[in-house]
Amino acid sequence: MTTFDLAEGGLRELNAALHDPGCEGERFRVLNPRGSHALAVGAVAGADVEIEGHAGYYCAGMNQHARIRVHGNAGVGVAENMMSGTVVVEGDASASAGATAHGGTLVVNGSAAARCGISLKGADIVVRGSVGHLSAFMAQSGRLLVCGDAGDALGDSIYEARLYVRGAVRGLGADCVEKEVRDEHLAEIAELLDSAGIDDVAPADFRRYGSARTLYHWNADHHQAY
Amino acid sequence: MCGIVGLYAKTATTSAELGRHAGRMLVEMGDRGPDSAGLAVYREPLSDGSTKLSLHAREGAPDWDALVVRLGRETPVLFHRVVGPEHALVAVEAGDVEAQRAVAATLPEVEVAAAGTTVEIIKEAIRPAEFVERFELDAISGTHALGHTRMATESRVTTAGSHPFSTGGDLCLVHNGSLSNHNRLRLRLRDQGIEFQTENDTEVAAGYVAWRLREGDTLERALERCLDDLDGFYTFAVGTADGFAVLRDPIACKPAVMAETDDWVAMASEYRALAVLPGADDARVWEPEPATVYHWGRAPVAA
Repeated sequence: MTTFDLAEGGLRELNAALHDPGCEGERFRVLNPRGSHALAVGAVAGADVEIEGHAGYYCAGMNQHARIRVHGNAGVGVAENMMSGTVVVEGDASASAGATAHGGTLVVNGSAAARCGISLKGADIVVRGSVGHLSAFMAQSGRLLVCGDAGDALGDSIYEARLYVRGAVRGLGADCVEKEVRDEHLAEIAELLDSAGIDDVAPADFRRYGSARTLYHWNADHHQAY
Repeated sequence: MCGIVGLYAKTATTSAELGRHAGRMLVEMGDRGPDSAGLAVYREPLSDGSTKLSLHAREGAPDWDALVVRLGRETPVLFHRVVGPEHALVAVEAGDVEAQRAVAATLPEVEVAAAGTTVEIIKEAIRPAEFVERFELDAISGTHALGHTRMATESRVTTAGSHPFSTGGDLCLVHNGSLSNHNRLRLRLRDQGIEFQTENDTEVAAGYVAWRLREGDTLERALERCLDDLDGFYTFAVGTADGFAVLRDPIACKPAVMAETDDWVAMASEYRALAVLPGADDARVWEPEPATVYHWGRAPVAA
């Protein structure tokens, strides 16, 4: 276990340690993060990182393989462009959580603000609370599961990402529609809940949303309309 | 970019150290806005009919004693305090509109940053860390404060173009973002008798809110109207004699985070600026919702 007390500096050293493929299996503890930006960014191997406090912008960005846990809130863009691994935020996440993430799992045990999963490219995002407006905007693939409510314009201009929301959806964005929940979706919801360690919520309580596929097929006959 | 901070003291201890806390918050927001810094502090209210004028020289360091004598021929001066070579606080026995007219008539070499019974504004086109040192923020007490670190986009980097902006009364406003309809709105507000000193977009927002308050809106209602009439990006923190309010535009492009303990309520562009406050680790921390007015005050927030 290596401890970095950021009250005494060491953010670059922390990230450098995570950029070393040899850190596989190592454990890191980060004290006094105090909202610092770019905490535990660019990890390349399966290390465990415990951040003991609130994180600032872009925490755990571009993560590969590492298991990163924030014992507090996370600022804008947590786990943005994550490729693999697991990022858990015990508190709330600010805007653009999991933006453009390609793989891995982001779990937010509180709520996530606006644009959660914007341009999602394959990762899974599980939010125990609610998500803000324009979540899953232009999301291409991957899954977003929300145990609480979703704000306005959910899934606006969505491609092939799959969205599951248990609570109220304030409004659907352009080309996003509610879809039937079939057995394979119930299985998928159960799998996502299980991956986030949530066992007090029933898969049958969720509704499914996705693309109506009328927007992203460009039609040459209609090009004058664009 | 730009950084904004707000701090409202709930206890006498926090109140006594308001300037020190606000200064540390500003320094944390230094990389969001290195072009200029400013602070509005609410403290030691004068009785109605008297006005504190926060003045700064358009150029160089004037002979403030001489300027005060000249102003005194137009309106009775209660006291004055030189805050820095280019800045002074002058209290006069006149309402805020009359007091500002007296300055305009007698002191062409100065600009009015604020005029009210309670608010005092210091702002300068220097780095936030230098600002905190130069104006000895550590020694300042008060009930609440709003601060700003500026990365200029819409107008020149000058002291007059720095935040906070006040267009009279005790109202002041700090802004992270940019407004796109400020030119047209400025014309509309000038027709309503609101005066502007700069071409800055934020001054228009301050003028807009001041106009709505003058027309009888509560602060909450005036801010709700901003959602209809202001076009652009904004997180605002707005101060009045009694408290402060926060508003984000409906898209919420610009960040904001709030925190509360038994001793204080604070807002900032980022959590880093809150982390320096005593007890921040155990504070209730949350992100304000878009298009929602939050306010704190000793009295109901009314016009």
